[in-house]
This record gives sequence, structure tokens and C-alpha cells, in this order.
Amino acid sequence: MTAEAVVGAVRANPEFRTCQYTGLKVDAAAQALIKANAVAAVIFLAVGGLMGLLVALTRWPAVHLLPAEWFYLVLTGHGANVLLFWIIFFEIAVLYFASAILLNSRLASPRLAWLGFVLMVAGAIATNVAVLQGDSSVMFTSYPPMQAKPHFYLGLVLFAVGALIGCGIFFATLVIAKEERTYEGSIPLVTFGALTAAIIAVFTIATGAIILIPTWLWSLGLIANIDPLMYKVIWWAMGHSSQQINVSAHVSIWYLIAALLVGAKPLSEKVSRTAFLMYILFLQLASAHHLLAEPGLDASWKIVNTSYMMYLAVMGSMIHGLTVPGAIEAAQRRNGYNRGVFEWLRKAPWGNPAFSGMFLSLIFSGFIGGISGVVLGTEQLNVLMHNTIYVPGHFHGTVVAGTTLAFMAATYLVLPLVFQREIIWPKLATIQPYLFGIGAAGISLFMMGAGTLGVARRHWDITFSDANLSFAYSAGAFLMMGLNGIFAIIAAIGGILFVLVVVGTVFFGERIKGGHKLTFPLNSGGGAVVSHYGSEATIKLPGTIILIAIFFVCFVLYYFINWKYLSELWLFH
Amino acid sequence: MAVTPPEQRIWWNEPIERVELIWIVIAFLWGLFMFVFMIAWHFIGQQNLSKEAYRVTPSSYEEKVEGFAKKYQVREEQGVPVVKPQAGSDVYLLARLWQWWPILELEKGVSYRIHLSSLDWQHGFSLQPININIQVHPGYEHIISLTPTQSGEFGIVCNEFCGIGHHTMTGKIYVAERTRAEAEQRPVEGR
Repeated sequence: MTAEAVVGAVRANPEFRTCQYTGLKVDAAAQALIKANAVAAVIFLAVGGLMGLLVALTRWPAVHLLPAEWFYLVLTGHGANVLLFWIIFFEIAVLYFASAILLNSRLASPRLAWLGFVLMVAGAIATNVAVLQGDSSVMFTSYPPMQAKPHFYLGLVLFAVGALIGCGIFFATLVIAKEERTYEGSIPLVTFGALTAAIIAVFTIATGAIILIPTWLWSLGLIANIDPLMYKVIWWAMGHSSQQINVSAHVSIWYLIAALLVGAKPLSEKVSRTAFLMYILFLQLASAHHLLAEPGLDASWKIVNTSYMMYLAVMGSMIHGLTVPGAIEAAQRRNGYNRGVFEWLRKAPWGNPAFSGMFLSLIFSGFIGGISGVVLGTEQLNVLMHNTIYVPGHFHGTVVAGTTLAFMAATYLVLPLVFQREIIWPKLATIQPYLFGIGAAGISLFMMGAGTLGVARRHWDITFSDANLSFAYSAGAFLMMGLNGIFAIIAAIGGILFVLVVVGTVFFGERIKGGHKLTFPLNSGGGAVVSHYGSEATIKLPGTIILIAIFFVCFVLYYFINWKYLSELWLFH
Repeated sequence: MAVTPPEQRIWWNEPIERVELIWIVIAFLWGLFMFVFMIAWHFIGQQNLSKEAYRVTPSSYEEKVEGFAKKYQVREEQGVPVVKPQAGSDVYLLARLWQWWPILELEKGVSYRIHLSSLDWQHGFSLQPININIQVHPGYEHIISLTPTQSGEFGIVCNEFCGIGHHTMTGKIYVAERTRAEAEQRPVEGR
């Protein structure tokens, strides 16, 4: 059976243009779909990001901006818009780019892809309407027995179906490219990473359907009861696995940007691909991360699942943590930056927002998101932080300082290469990743700090002024929440600059014609391979080895500090 | 490059560089250690969450808690009974919109079987400033053997979102030093 038989008829004559910078053949239909998905992504980022700022300003005790009903409403909308809609729309764009564009292929069935897009938009709007109507403030997780309006769940289901169609288009495009021999040998590493993301996405979306469809029927009154513990086990197989789509996608983008900007080549195809394979095999066990403090689950089940089967998926991430900076170091040394241990890093294109965003994303997602994730997901340590604001601290490290920053960095390549518009306000674009990255890293760290001091997440008033029995968090906790507010403002400024630059460029950026020289140039090698592994003159990758050693020491120390905290708790068994 | 097909068609036969190999081994061994350490803590550690739980209907749980509170009530505070159970006995705590009920008075160094369940939505038992955080579900009665190691006044906060009054949901646990006579009568209960 051919790919066409699976997804519909062959297009009469797909139109292509050839990219003057990369030499890649670009399918016009794929280009239009990438644009549409990227624009939708940025719109939901703007809406969800604004909601995030309102949340942070309310949780800043000295500001305490919104009243309680609005706070819980906006917090629900924040989660759905940025964690789901912004990220998945962008990921669909990444999937189309990594298949059709990188493989010089036509995109499978663009009409079906547009149908998927329309479903996603309709679903996202339905859920937003439900949230804004005010009687679906159930948080992004919508734990029963708390109930939202039916269109809250229905919107999520429609969105998921649309995203599933996008994944199908991606798989079909891979098949078409293979059949039509648009590339030689194996698919590129970035496409392999995107394939990982798409496979995990299918698992994730299927799980989402398994739990959200009955929940929707329950909200319509057709099902009497949803067991709250069962709901959590299945819902989080979607909720946590969807974060693994993000990890796979943003790691792919690290490799992509490193390749396009400094000519980096994977140190070893085998190692990097095996690391992605670890994600497919083990990352979806992470539902357990959200069930470590629940009643009735056995310790052995928790330990096997929460550790992704003996931390094999964590090992995958640790490998990417070496191979991405390692590939950059090897390439930069080839590019001539060979003096000392860190010339390659100092002379990296830090003025290019795609590079700075990518490298900050790499650092933050490893040091903040990665380490805190392992600690939070350790069976016993979880009791120190379960449902405290440490949890959002952790995932703002992975999803905001990691995924969102990487996607922003990628956008600085998408604008000139896909939209074919020169980036306007290059100075603002240059500082944007720093502002957003530092802001996001700050909110992650200070939320983690406040959570370590016990502050609850999703909580309107940590002074408990209306409570019958009073309680007061420590002064340190209030300080942390204030600092969180300040860094949220920094991140918001970075976010607003991003939206301004993107919208400005899309509408008013200079059209890129033949022979145009980009403000933020790609690596001069273009499509050619610049780097081979290592360098004759120096020890191989001393800079990367030092970075990795620092990371590992931080990891081990922080891990044991938390065991010490745990050992000081009251005794329980 | 990472955006082009691998240079070597047969890339899976390329040798792995030493630095990568060493890092893979370190990462694997560290993962193995962390895995084993969770298991080991069940034997060497004093903080492991119990899996003992029973299905219960909210109304029958409410009855049990009310009976318990009536039996051991010593005084009242802000309209909430303060309950002083016998050392080492079963202690019932109830989560509902929006309070932890009743207030408990425990003794330091004594182990209690704490029962937790919710009457309505999910709640988050967050003992502060100790920072012990446990999820509370309706329909499940979770039993934890808890030994306070500090005396004083402790707050219970709800850290699972439970609707508009979520931020007003608090409770209290008092822990008293044991009197000397009592301490001599009862040996310290470990673990």
C-alpha cells in the first residue's frame, strides 16, 4: 500500500522553491502550513503568557493583583494556552519542517493537514471560551470530582484529534520521501528526533482520548462517576508524556540550530539516536511522577515507573547534554576557535538570538529543569514537594526556560527561512532571549525556593487572611514569591518583545529576495559539513567535559541535600 | 550535519568516542545508584509513604471521624473541636470544603495511625512548616503511621486546588512534649 492510499490522493503538481541559504527544496504547501501553525502558536503564547503574568502578579503577596475567582480562572487558562496550545501548534510546525523541508519532499495531503489545523484552532477556542465563561476553573489538570463545562473537555479532545492528524501527516510524509527517494540513506538526526516526538505524541494523544472522552461524557451526565485515582493514572500518561514530546522536540531544535549556525555535526549518530530511542521506550512511564503521594499504590510500582525504568530515559537526556555542546565545541574548533578551553564558547554567535536562545535553553533545561525533575520524581523525596509551588518551579525550568526558549530561538530561523522576511528590530531580537531566559530561569528557581519552604501551588492567598485557623509561612517564603514576581516581569518583557518582533517581521519585515544577506547569518558552510569530530591540535573536547563535570557535581550535591531534608522530617511509614 | 542524512551510510558501525562512552557509563551507573537508593531507603530510612488504603464512602468516613472527635474532644477552638487521642491509637482527619477537621493534639515521639480521606473533592494535606505533603482523595482512606519528632503548633494547609475557598482551607496539629511519668511508662516507639 502506498502512502497516498493511506492519506488520500496525490497532489497534481506540488510547487517547490529552493532555499538560497540552505539549498533545501521547500514545498509551498508545507511552507503555508508551517506559517499557519507558527502564527497560531504565537497567538496562544501571547494570550497564555499574559495570563501567566497576571498569575505571577497575584501570587506576589505585595501586589496581589486579581480577586480569587479571576485568579483561578486565569490560572486555568494559562496552563491550557501555553502548556498545550502554544507548544503543540509549534510542534506541528516543527514536524512539517523536519519531514517535508529537511527531506526535500512534498508534504502528504495538505488538505488533511489543514483540516487538522482547523480542528486544533476550533478546539483551542472552545476550551478558552469555557474557561473565560468562568464556570470551568478546574485548573489544567481538571481532577474529578471537580467538574468543568462539557465544551472544556470537548475542546481539548478536538484539539488532540487535530494534533493527531498532524502526526499522521508527518508519518505519511516520511513514507513519501522514502518512496520518492528525496534523500539518501537514513533520515537526518533532527528528523529522527521529530519522529521520536511524533511517536510519543501518538501515545500521549491516545491516552488523552481514553480519559477525556469519558470525562466529557461524565460532564454531560451520561456517566455517573469517574474514579479520581484512576483518572490521575491515565490523565498523567497524557499530561506528563506530552512534556516528553516537548523534550524530544526541543532537543531536536538544539541539534537543528547548532547545525545551521555553527555547522555542528553529531559526535556520533549512533549515540544521539540511541538517546532518542530511550525516550520512546521509557519516558511515558512518568505518569507515576504525579502519583507518588497518592493512597494505595505500591512502592515497587512507583519506583520502577517514576525512575523511567532505572533512569534510562534520564540517561538519554544526560547523553544529549553532552553531545549537543560537544558537537558545537567540535564545530567551533573546526571553525578556527581553537585557543584555550573556552574560546569556542566565547566566540560563539551570542549576538544571534537563535544561538543565544538555544544555548540558554540547553543550560537551563539541564541545570534547572532536569536536576529538579529527577529530585521531584524520586519516590520518597516527592513528599517534600508534592503540590507545593516547587512543582511549577520545576516545569517552568523545563517547559519555559527549556522548550519555549528553544522554540523562540527556532522562530528566529523560521522568520527568514520560511516566512522569507528579514527580522525587524534586530537589536531587540538580540536581547530578547536573554531577557526571557533569565526571567524564566528566575521564576523557576524562586518558585522552587518557595516550594522548599512549603508554599502551596495554585493558591490565591498565602497569608491565609480569610482562614478560620490562621497560619503563616516564613518570611523567606514571602521573599521568594516577591522575587518570583520580579522575574516574571522580566520574562514577560522578553515575551512581549518576542511577540512584537514576530508580528512586526511577519507584516513589515523586508521581503527576502535572491542574494539578500541575512542580518543573522547562517553558518558560512551552508548545507555543507563543517565539522568532523575532534581536532588534531588540542585535547578533544575540554570545554564540554568541564561543563558536564560542573553539571554532574551540581546534580549529585542537590540530590543528597534533599535526602538530608527528608531525613529531618517526622517519621512515617 | 544534524539536518542532513548521516555522512556514513552505515552509521551504526561507527565507533563511539571515548568521552561519550565514559559519560554514558557514568550516567548509567548514577541512574542505577539512584534507583537502588529508593529501594534502600525503604530499609534504612524513616520516611516512606505507606500504601495502606481502603475504599470508603464519604458518609461512612464522616461518621467515623465524628465518633472519634466526640470520644476524645478536650476543648474547642474557633468552633472546631480539639481532639487528643490516646497515644499510639488510630487518629482520623477529614478534608472537606474548606477545612481540615478536627484539630489534633498529639505527643512527641509517639507513633499514631493517621487516617486521611476527603468528603468531596481532592485535597492536599500539607503539614507546615515541616513540609510533609500527601494527596487526599474522596473514596479512599489512606493510613499513615506518623511519629512527630518536634513539639509545638503546626499548620495544615490545603495544596490541591479545591475551588474558590481553597486558600481558606487550613487545619492545625498541636504536638506536646510527653510528661516524664508517661515517658517512663512507655518505651519509645521507633519507626
